[in-house]
Amino acid sequence: MTAKAQGLAQQGRHLAMLAVIWAALVFAPYWMPLFGGYTALGTRVLVLGLAAMSVNFLLGFTGVLSFGHAAWFGLGAYGAGLCLKWVALSTPLALLAGTVLGGVAGAILGVLLVRRRGVYFAMVTIAFGQVFYYIAFQWSSLTGGDDGLRGFERQPLDFGPFKIDLLHNDVYFYYFVLVCFAAAAAVMAFVLRSPFGHTMIAIRENERRARFLGIPIELHIWIAFALSCFFMAFAGALYALLNNFADPRVLHYSLSGDFVIMAVMGGMRRFWGPLLGAVIFVVLQDYISSVTVNWMSFIGALIVLIVLFFPRGVLGLLGQRRTA
Amino acid sequence: MLELTFFNVTNGLIIGAFYALMAIGLSLILNLSGVINFAHGGFLVIGGYLAYTLRPYIGFWGALIVAPFLTAIIGIAVERLLIRRLYGRDPLYSLLLTFGLAFIIEDGTRQFWGANGLPFSVPEGLTSALSSKFFFITGYRMFMVAMVAIVVGLLFVLLRYTRIGVRIRAGTLDLETVSALGVNVRALRSLNFAVGIFLAGLAGVLAAGQIGLEPTMGDSLLMPSFIAIIVGGVGSLTGTLFGGLLIGVASGLTAVIFPSASEAVIYVMMAIVLLVRPRGLLGEEGMLT
Amino acid sequence: MNKPLGTFDRRTLVKAGAAIGLSQLSAPFIIAARGDTPLKIGVDNPLTGTYAAPGKNEGVGIQLAVDQLNGKNGILGRRIELLTEDSTSGDAGAAVQKARKLIERDNVDFLVGNVNSALAQAMAQVSNEKGVLHVVPGGHTDGITGTNCKWNVFRVCTTTRMEANSICPLLFNTYGKKWHFITPDYAFGHTLYDGCEANLKKLGGTVTGNELTPLGITDFSAYLIKARAANPDVLVVLVQGNDMVNCLKQIAQFGIEKQLHVAGTQQELEAVEAMPPEARVGIWMFEWYWKQAAGTPGLEAFIGEVRKRTDGKVPTARTWFGYVTIHAYALACEKAKTVEAKAVAKALGDMELPPEVKMQPNKVYFRGGDHQLMLSAFVGELSQKGDGDPENLFKVNHIVAGDTDAPPVSETGCAMQMPA
Repeated sequence: MTAKAQGLAQQGRHLAMLAVIWAALVFAPYWMPLFGGYTALGTRVLVLGLAAMSVNFLLGFTGVLSFGHAAWFGLGAYGAGLCLKWVALSTPLALLAGTVLGGVAGAILGVLLVRRRGVYFAMVTIAFGQVFYYIAFQWSSLTGGDDGLRGFERQPLDFGPFKIDLLHNDVYFYYFVLVCFAAAAAVMAFVLRSPFGHTMIAIRENERRARFLGIPIELHIWIAFALSCFFMAFAGALYALLNNFADPRVLHYSLSGDFVIMAVMGGMRRFWGPLLGAVIFVVLQDYISSVTVNWMSFIGALIVLIVLFFPRGVLGLLGQRRTA
Repeated sequence: MLELTFFNVTNGLIIGAFYALMAIGLSLILNLSGVINFAHGGFLVIGGYLAYTLRPYIGFWGALIVAPFLTAIIGIAVERLLIRRLYGRDPLYSLLLTFGLAFIIEDGTRQFWGANGLPFSVPEGLTSALSSKFFFITGYRMFMVAMVAIVVGLLFVLLRYTRIGVRIRAGTLDLETVSALGVNVRALRSLNFAVGIFLAGLAGVLAAGQIGLEPTMGDSLLMPSFIAIIVGGVGSLTGTLFGGLLIGVASGLTAVIFPSASEAVIYVMMAIVLLVRPRGLLGEEGMLT
Repeated sequence: MNKPLGTFDRRTLVKAGAAIGLSQLSAPFIIAARGDTPLKIGVDNPLTGTYAAPGKNEGVGIQLAVDQLNGKNGILGRRIELLTEDSTSGDAGAAVQKARKLIERDNVDFLVGNVNSALAQAMAQVSNEKGVLHVVPGGHTDGITGTNCKWNVFRVCTTTRMEANSICPLLFNTYGKKWHFITPDYAFGHTLYDGCEANLKKLGGTVTGNELTPLGITDFSAYLIKARAANPDVLVVLVQGNDMVNCLKQIAQFGIEKQLHVAGTQQELEAVEAMPPEARVGIWMFEWYWKQAAGTPGLEAFIGEVRKRTDGKVPTARTWFGYVTIHAYALACEKAKTVEAKAVAKALGDMELPPEVKMQPNKVYFRGGDHQLMLSAFVGELSQKGDGDPENLFKVNHIVAGDTDAPPVSETGCAMQMPA
């Protein structure tokens, strides 16, 4: 095959893959029940998948390990909930409030965090994430403390002549989340394809060399960090809408760990990897925890196996076979 | 008020000693192998539960000595079979592995010993308090501090004066050169890991006497250990020791002024240290960046 | 064919997926062929994490009741199918997800849960949204049958106000008027403290201090130091679960129970079993206790059955909660002659429990106004010796009727919205 033909074939494969992914996502409420699934599960997969993709923005593409990213997710959730509860009964506004809260907090704290790298950075992000966990726990007059933030629910979308009831109709809400997901994914893809995105990958590949090329490393990492926090907060806001509830657990480092695992499981180096990882992780956890009380051992064992034998994740594995 | 403060500072040192024990084990493993051991709390739990099971056969003192060794052996097995494969790779993978391991350990202890908490009493001789005035300095807490002091002291002697200790310290700074000098790095890492896990197991037995046994008891001790390392300085064991004591005292003092913040204050301390002196109190610049 | 480790056959994956899918499709056909549709009860309770022990015990009671009913013709002639999901001990997202799964995918007629009050309330939002009958066996926050009461939600265990009311007069009269509190710093703790403080004020006592402790703290020494310095008559310990075990252990270690009287409100056998003998001190109330007067209807059989299923252990209040939940539901369905949620809810309100289900003196019934069960409080003292019987760790002195210590509906803040 000539190089040009190979390139076209690859583009064709890429488009076919995209078509399959989007077809599966769009028709999910219809094919999921056939396999024992339910629409709310699909919505959960989308939201957590977006969160995993946000972590991967930093992890897979910039090579920076943040293990406390749930903090921004949680801030997004609490931001959305507080907005709905105290400010205005508007779903879009709540989404905006949550995204801004988490994103801005991440951007500000990112200044402190990006000075470190590697193992130390990971530890510091874990500890910082826990600070927010404690604040949510202790500031119970605002956040409801251990009981969580309740008393709000997602509002119908008001388009004037007609309303879309997001609260009672799971399928409508699923499509709403899908639209949000698509928008976020589009922005992410755009950034990754831009010159900035290429610089991020260069930093991941060899930080020292990138520095010698005159690239301001800390600034780039800070921007990538801040962007990932905004995406994370957006996912968190959607999560609050999904549950009509926000509780301190959305800030806990164990949730951060879950997101990283999803990214690794699906394939860190691929754009759609984390979504696939979310599908596997969420569905498996949902299924196994119904079947056995020892689901934690299974999930733990799965994580160990993935790390030891499939570090490139599912997509990484499939990718290898294709080129082999 | 002054008396109350004094009490709480002393009490804080006792708590801090315990944090330091956990943190030092974690730090040893982190410094030499670059592994963030999320399962450290899990090994604490294993140590405690093993002591509980062994106790009817060899008594409290027997369990105190044997359980940490058994835990360390389990630690070596884990290191050889699982963690060793990840040394060359990104620290992400060892972190994830120990994260998954923590799940398995928690579920395993729940499966073998049940979900309900188990009691663990300490020998009669240790239960009485120092005096009626200093009622909170009980024999057992003094014993705990003494154990921590002895073990940490032995560790420092080991690191400073034995060949293995010197190699571990050298390896922390430059593992490549140590390997080039002909030292068996793989064995060194295993041994280092074992020592760290031994400390965790010991902490588990001591904790069992203090708070009983429960499958999730390791969780609440993991975070303070991390913070002790960050505050004290990554790469410095002495720093970690002081970090542990410091956060213990801070926690105790806060309990006097603002009780509900006594847990959160250690996070505030961490934030302050990161702002003012990012490498930690006794940390060295460039240590794991 | 030799495959290197780590590769898998895409075809095998597709085959497996198809097999799973087909099995899901075929299952309902098998049940339909049998000719009767089972009645589905969904349990969404913690089986892992901090609340695993109470969650499991409630599960034992639930399973026992289901087996008993299925042995005798089920509910309205229909067999009961029990579906159990792990809500986890603190992940509200998971609990809500499982509730949705049980309601939407599995079409349960009845939802049960949760030990964790926050999760219970989150689940109640979903069950209310979908109009499914929901009973909370062991989630204690007052709001469930108070400010957040709902037409489809009922609760078995006590409210914090009931607990405070049942024990405070006794403590005041027996031990004195100056009280010092150790309170867990979350909603349950705060309402419990409010209830005790209100009682104390009414009786004419004083609060010497209130130590708010962070949840999950293992070392209470700082708070005990302060409490001791305040020199009260009674040290009231409101922390629960593992915190309670640690606090009492440290109280015993410091010898505090020799200088002050120790008491609290709610005590649980799960916590007591985890305590060393020297920590078993103080005056407490249980929501149900297994050692009662001989001849209490149903008690011996219940204890026997539970021992068989738990390797010889006695039933706890949690076991009883689970047991009552299922039997109450069965009785309400029989009374309403249907399993339709609104009708059953109506039948359950004001329904009295028969002797062999309530297993205690005093009238026990669900109050119509707020859907709270009027269960008795077993007030008594923990014993270090076990009174000769190593399992009898608590000596019951009074059994206070539920409707005497429960505040009237008007004071609970419940404004029940009945469905159209």
